[in-house]
Amino acid sequence: MATAERYVGGGVLRKEDPTLLTGQGSFVESITLPGMVHVAFARSPYGAARINGIDTGAAANAPGVLAVFTGEDLAGEWAAALPMAWPVTEDIRIPDHWPVARDAVRYVGDAVAVVVAETREQAIDAVDLVDVDYEVLPAVVDIESARADGAARVHEQFDSNDCYTWTHTNGDVDAAFAKADVVIKEHYTQPRLIPNAIEPRAVVVQPTPAAGDFTVWSTTQIPHIAKVLFALTAGIPEAKLRVIAPDVGGGFGSKLNIYAEDVTCLVLARRLGVPTRWVAGRSEGYVATIHGRDQIQEIELAADSAGKILGYRASILANMGAYLQLITPGTPLLGGFLFCGSYGGEAYHFECTGVFTNTTPTDAYRGAGRPEATYAIERAIDALGRAVGVDPVEIRRRNFLPKGEMVESPCGLAFDTTDYETNLDHAVDLLGYEALRAEQAERRARGATRQLGIGFSTYVEMCGLAPSQVLGSLNYGAGGWDAATVRILPTGQAEVVTGSSPHGQGHVTSWSQIAADALGVSFEDVIVLHGDTQVAPHGMNTYGSRSLAVAGVAVHNACGHVVEKARRLAAHSLEVAPEDLEFEGGTFTVKGVPERQTSIQEVAYAAWTAHSLPEGEEPGLTAHHVFDPPNFTFPFGTHVCVTEIDMETGQVEIARYLAVDDCGNVVNPQIVDGQVHGGVAQGIAAALYEEARYAEDGTLETSSMLNYLVPSAAEMPVFELDRTVTPSNSNPMGVKGIGEAGTIASAPAVINSVVDGLSHLGVTEMTMPATPERVWQTIQNAKGGAA
Amino acid sequence: MTRISLSVNGVQHEADVEPRTLLAYFLRERLGLTGTHIGCDTSSCGACTVLLNGQSVKSCTALAVQADGARVTTVEGLAEDGDWHPIQQAFHEHHGLQCGFCTPGMLMASVGILSENPDPTDQEIRHALEGNLCRCTGYQNIVNAVLAAAEDMRSSAAAS
Ligand code: FES
Ligand code: FES
Repeated sequence: MATAERYVGGGVLRKEDPTLLTGQGSFVESITLPGMVHVAFARSPYGAARINGIDTGAAANAPGVLAVFTGEDLAGEWAAALPMAWPVTEDIRIPDHWPVARDAVRYVGDAVAVVVAETREQAIDAVDLVDVDYEVLPAVVDIESARADGAARVHEQFDSNDCYTWTHTNGDVDAAFAKADVVIKEHYTQPRLIPNAIEPRAVVVQPTPAAGDFTVWSTTQIPHIAKVLFALTAGIPEAKLRVIAPDVGGGFGSKLNIYAEDVTCLVLARRLGVPTRWVAGRSEGYVATIHGRDQIQEIELAADSAGKILGYRASILANMGAYLQLITPGTPLLGGFLFCGSYGGEAYHFECTGVFTNTTPTDAYRGAGRPEATYAIERAIDALGRAVGVDPVEIRRRNFLPKGEMVESPCGLAFDTTDYETNLDHAVDLLGYEALRAEQAERRARGATRQLGIGFSTYVEMCGLAPSQVLGSLNYGAGGWDAATVRILPTGQAEVVTGSSPHGQGHVTSWSQIAADALGVSFEDVIVLHGDTQVAPHGMNTYGSRSLAVAGVAVHNACGHVVEKARRLAAHSLEVAPEDLEFEGGTFTVKGVPERQTSIQEVAYAAWTAHSLPEGEEPGLTAHHVFDPPNFTFPFGTHVCVTEIDMETGQVEIARYLAVDDCGNVVNPQIVDGQVHGGVAQGIAAALYEEARYAEDGTLETSSMLNYLVPSAAEMPVFELDRTVTPSNSNPMGVKGIGEAGTIASAPAVINSVVDGLSHLGVTEMTMPATPERVWQTIQNAKGGAA
Repeated sequence: MTRISLSVNGVQHEADVEPRTLLAYFLRERLGLTGTHIGCDTSSCGACTVLLNGQSVKSCTALAVQADGARVTTVEGLAEDGDWHPIQQAFHEHHGLQCGFCTPGMLMASVGILSENPDPTDQEIRHALEGNLCRCTGYQNIVNAVLAAAEDMRSSAAAS
């Protein structure tokens, strides 16, 4: 039955839930195949060492072990090293990155040998028997020591540990600084983070030797990109590969990569002719899955005496880790246009130097470059406010870009649609800002043990990646389009094939809403297919908050094409001209003759039988659309964190967290809220709890969930959410993207709040994570300084 | 090998198990109950939570032999005759799951909480769920779902 109901913007419950709530999800870890063998990796315990020899004899003789391979043994399997898709400069240094190391290891966790056994336990047990003769070398783990004179080099063939320097300038920066009344210069660090999707990575490969085919089930966000790159790495014709991302248990960027374990299982399946499987242990994943962030930042703002910003200079050092994974060098540059945030000015300069260290490679982790940039500008604008004696709300207001469309930012990009002040005003209202400031003053006056801090973050981010041409101009190795096929089956259901591959974001539900409205069919009658390159052959996948703004819009547009064709067929069967038909709620009606109508399902059936089609029309009611947007989208918003700081213990507690986001038009409010919750939680985690730490010799000290604190429900506050709606002009649906906004916005709101809470002591500095020890020490130092 | 006998989701099973086999792997690999997930190797994440004689336990910390003679309920056994348990319904309605990987453990831990405390507060739920990690939801909708299920279960208990 066709229905006129509108689903977009409404509250439908998720279609994904029934299988996931009953234990019927299909995660890679649960796939078993007849004759499947299990793979485990022997990994370097050293940050840097030469491999003088590997004795695999004992491992090979262990119970259940079928084969053991070293990097040399597998050397002939590779058509290319592991891929890096973003050579950001002409002279970037790209070291070969073999899935299994050959003559040297460069970080703790670098694979040195592979064991294949009948069971996973046997493979893991035998890994301990692989005897590697290591010549341990000095390691460098942090950016500064990697750049010090005489530092040990991660890659001997390069004469330093610098990987590249990328710069971007817009306007006359020196002139802006020359005429400034006030210049502030701030230094911040971005701790290294471990993404921690709760599903560990896993891969299963099924070969069909006689056909030369391979099916790869992988915990990946990017089955389509993986198919191309698996083919190039393993030297298998792309058409012989099928990649399936079934239910994927969270990613946050950590599954947006081409990993050694996936391609090794692929070449082992080819070599052995049997299905192969690898499942990461959590702690193994801590060294073998990419990390995020890890930057040293310097930001300078030039302003007039009223605090109006004239120019920006940002200079960052970004830790690449030991090798370049898929988009390691480009990740910091995703923030390269956002060190001016939502603010105006005349000129902008950004530069980033990537630095190799003996650590797990970094890459995209939720927000990828943009949380780092937002942190810097949102803290710096507070610092500017302090310098000119202006309140954090007022200093933001003075500097906001104007409301409008295609608003030129100092960074040189045109932001799709802006209305920052309305958003901030709304947040300030909801907050009850005046009353909070009064309470803060009162607590200060009486010397309360628990002091109050109020921190703002009025972020803007760029997402919906996006125009293929722009990505090309940044040397990114792929396009920014996405694809959809929509067909109405002869029995009336609509199949939507999407190129985006979800891992918790609820695409099946949102795409069903979009298609149901566009086609005039019921929500239940839309079936969404995804995540299997044989079912959905075209796609660019899920990252950078792009799914709705690119792939979702592709669905919307493909539905439009289906309706156009249906209109021609309906006109033919009703014997009128197409423009004489109205289409509403899935029904074509002859204008002015309401009894003459046909439903889109009837048209689909007629298109299937093809007994009577207009001249030149093909049978079937199906359309394919590829959407390549003309611009990124730029969601924005105001996040406010109210903290209570215990002056005796240094404990920071979040008393209130308010997020007023503007992601344009909203398809599913519940899903959008959920994305904000989860995103904010990850930003709060970074601000208060999480930090991956290395010892000088390259040992990852935070080596498991026991010493890397992933927050639980007990550590998280209640979130207060609201929205303003400023539709994007980058796509016909007016949507933006919300997957990363919460993470991008939240860490600076939290830290600004802590600094604000201690500002009466003269505190201006706080480093993430703001642990009780660090906060307590800051309080002691400030008191000591005051005394 | 040790012979064990246990009831899982109401079905009696006899099996020979290695003394070191963890209950989580026994359920997944021997019984094919893959709804119980494994998310860590340090008993930290709670993805593997099941009910053992009605109490929630992390099945990666229990040996299969310890379940000899016991009654085990996994996520596959939560619904009865196709009717969802109130906690499943509440997670659905309150969007208490995104990727769904932590969800089986969250559901079983929540059932355990509500059997001990049918009327918990927001804070009590947060503390009782401390051993269950979710990276997607930020927990708020999980807490809301548990509150809603508690109310639902109390009112059906009062009605019966
Ligand atoms: S798998 Fe049992 S607690 Fe993580
Ligand atoms: S829903 Fe993904 S980890 Fe909880």
